[in-house]
Amino acid sequence: MADKAALHGDLRLEKVTKSYGDFTAVNDLSLTIPEGSFFALLGPSGCGKTTTLRMVAGLEEPTQGKIFLGQNDITYTKPYQRPINTVFQNYALFPHLTIFENIAFGLRRRGIKDVKEPVEKALDLVELSHLAARKPTQLSGGQQQRIALARAIVNRPALLLLDEPLGALDLKLRRQMQIELKWIQKEVGITFVHVTHDQEEAMTMADTIAVMNEGEIEQLGSPADLYDNPKTAFVANFLGQSNLIKGTISGNDGDNHIVDLFGQKISLAKNRSHAVDNSIYAGIRPEKFRISRVATATSGNILSGGKIEDVSYIGVSTQYQVLMPWGQELMVFEQNDDGVAPFSVGEDVNISWEAGFTFGLRGDEDAEAGTEVNPEEIIEDDE
Amino acid sequence: MVKTGISRPGTPYLLLLPGVAFLFTFFLWPIANLAQTSTQTPIAGGDTGEYEQSLRWQNYIDAFLENKEQFGRSFLYAAIATLAALAIAYPLAYAIAFKAGKMKNVLLVLVVAPFFTSFLLRTIAWKQILGEQGFVVPVLRDLHIISPATTLTSSAFAVVAGMTYNFLPFMTLPIYASIDRIDPRTLEASGDLYANGITTFRKVTLPLSMPGVVAGTLLTFIPAAGDYVNAAILGSPQTKMIGNVIESRFFKVVDYPTAAALSFTLMAAILILVTVYIRKAGTEELV
Repeated sequence: MADKAALHGDLRLEKVTKSYGDFTAVNDLSLTIPEGSFFALLGPSGCGKTTTLRMVAGLEEPTQGKIFLGQNDITYTKPYQRPINTVFQNYALFPHLTIFENIAFGLRRRGIKDVKEPVEKALDLVELSHLAARKPTQLSGGQQQRIALARAIVNRPALLLLDEPLGALDLKLRRQMQIELKWIQKEVGITFVHVTHDQEEAMTMADTIAVMNEGEIEQLGSPADLYDNPKTAFVANFLGQSNLIKGTISGNDGDNHIVDLFGQKISLAKNRSHAVDNSIYAGIRPEKFRISRVATATSGNILSGGKIEDVSYIGVSTQYQVLMPWGQELMVFEQNDDGVAPFSVGEDVNISWEAGFTFGLRGDEDAEAGTEVNPEEIIEDDE
Repeated sequence: MVKTGISRPGTPYLLLLPGVAFLFTFFLWPIANLAQTSTQTPIAGGDTGEYEQSLRWQNYIDAFLENKEQFGRSFLYAAIATLAALAIAYPLAYAIAFKAGKMKNVLLVLVVAPFFTSFLLRTIAWKQILGEQGFVVPVLRDLHIISPATTLTSSAFAVVAGMTYNFLPFMTLPIYASIDRIDPRTLEASGDLYANGITTFRKVTLPLSMPGVVAGTLLTFIPAAGDYVNAAILGSPQTKMIGNVIESRFFKVVDYPTAAALSFTLMAAILILVTVYIRKAGTEELV
């Protein structure tokens, strides 16, 4: 076991498939997670993210494919032979051991005699030194979460896996832990792989996010990439909200497509279009829209003939539903920062936006993909 | 403030009344009676079974000294039967809890199934099983594990085997209950933290199942130490246990004071052993 410390490097999954009978949880997944990064696997319940994590941990064996850590093939090594530790969803602390012994568990199993110093350091890191003598049941959820983290980190693994680690915490504590986790990751420099269904959590913490759906990776990139230029309707809807308007590419203008949306023309940068033929969905995030009473000429795109259907004032912004002539309701979030009186229901308005914010999706996609799942509702187990 | 029926101060006591009345009539009163009997002496010139109170504590010492051997045997047999039952029940309970899957409930019913037959009948059945006509003795003889002259009935082996069998469910069920409560994720966490299967069992599964092991051993050892049915049916005069002595003093010799003194001594001995055991087995290791 001494060579475990020498095992490090990028984590590489090559064409990994995991099937349970007829059901394919993970389908031909290839992925490289660079050493030292904070990587998030994001997706709805049942998308295969937890299965992927468990295969990396060694708790499940892939049906096909290989998993490498640096140069070493770890596909079939036992969990206790991998330099990988996991923070489990419900922490899985040992109820019969004190907090100190919980954290010392991994060190003792590796035959390390002097556990006092590393354990105390780990407790310091999570700021719970005063609880060393307690039993897990005497701790609050947030404290248990930190102990689970300390118990994993104390081993200085090459890779730390976090399985929905904040799922059981309340919103406020979750926000605080997101910031702390990010800080701790920087502090210890270990590769973190974080599984979550919470897009906000993934975006707050991760350098790179892989959005998973039905056992496959839909898109991989930085949080800003994924949000600004989603490749699929699923990503567009799962990460934040999107307005997807059906249209046809009717012409080209330099680096831009001219897109016909129910008779109105807009422009869309060619390099932001993922359409494969003339059929396209033009996507615009609700906060990119501006509403105006008169059709002012702007440099950007404009859609006219809207009618305000619904107004909800939520402090920092006002959310509008605008009914367009072709019967679609568009979502518009306006910052309440310009002193302009809010629009009222029934007003006739135009919608405009900077042309550069538009993204294009394949016209044969399901525009509703990724919307039916409300991530806030799923707090319990995945798969 | 409106007084509701629930907040009436007397209600809890009223609810306790049936239980207390039962305990008093069928436990405290007989125990006091037994204590009273234990220091009696025969009435001079009276009939058999006629005793008077004379506070003769010497009864205890006499009773114990006369039956030291049976006392020792009772605890020895009970201890062996408990260990044997533990050795059988633990893997069984582990398999039912972790490996049985859909068969779980069926297997649990099978564990309890012997209770549908009378205790006496089941014990008598063991006489058949271990008898010359049973399958055990010929097989063991063929395998040269026992000599052709050895019989298994009317032996210490038969008594211990009977006790092990009869008390097995009492060992299995509490162990099953505590293993079943173990969160499988703690076992995964142990593997994740560099413990192999054996270490995980030693450091996580076993300590977490200790409440069941303690409960199971107590539920087996206590009745086994006082048992007389197994020794009476499967044993010989050489395997008499203290339960058999008490039984014969009460019902055959009609020596009530000695039987009562033996009962109290047995009770005290079990209490002391159990207390020491619980202290040792460690409330500290328990959750």
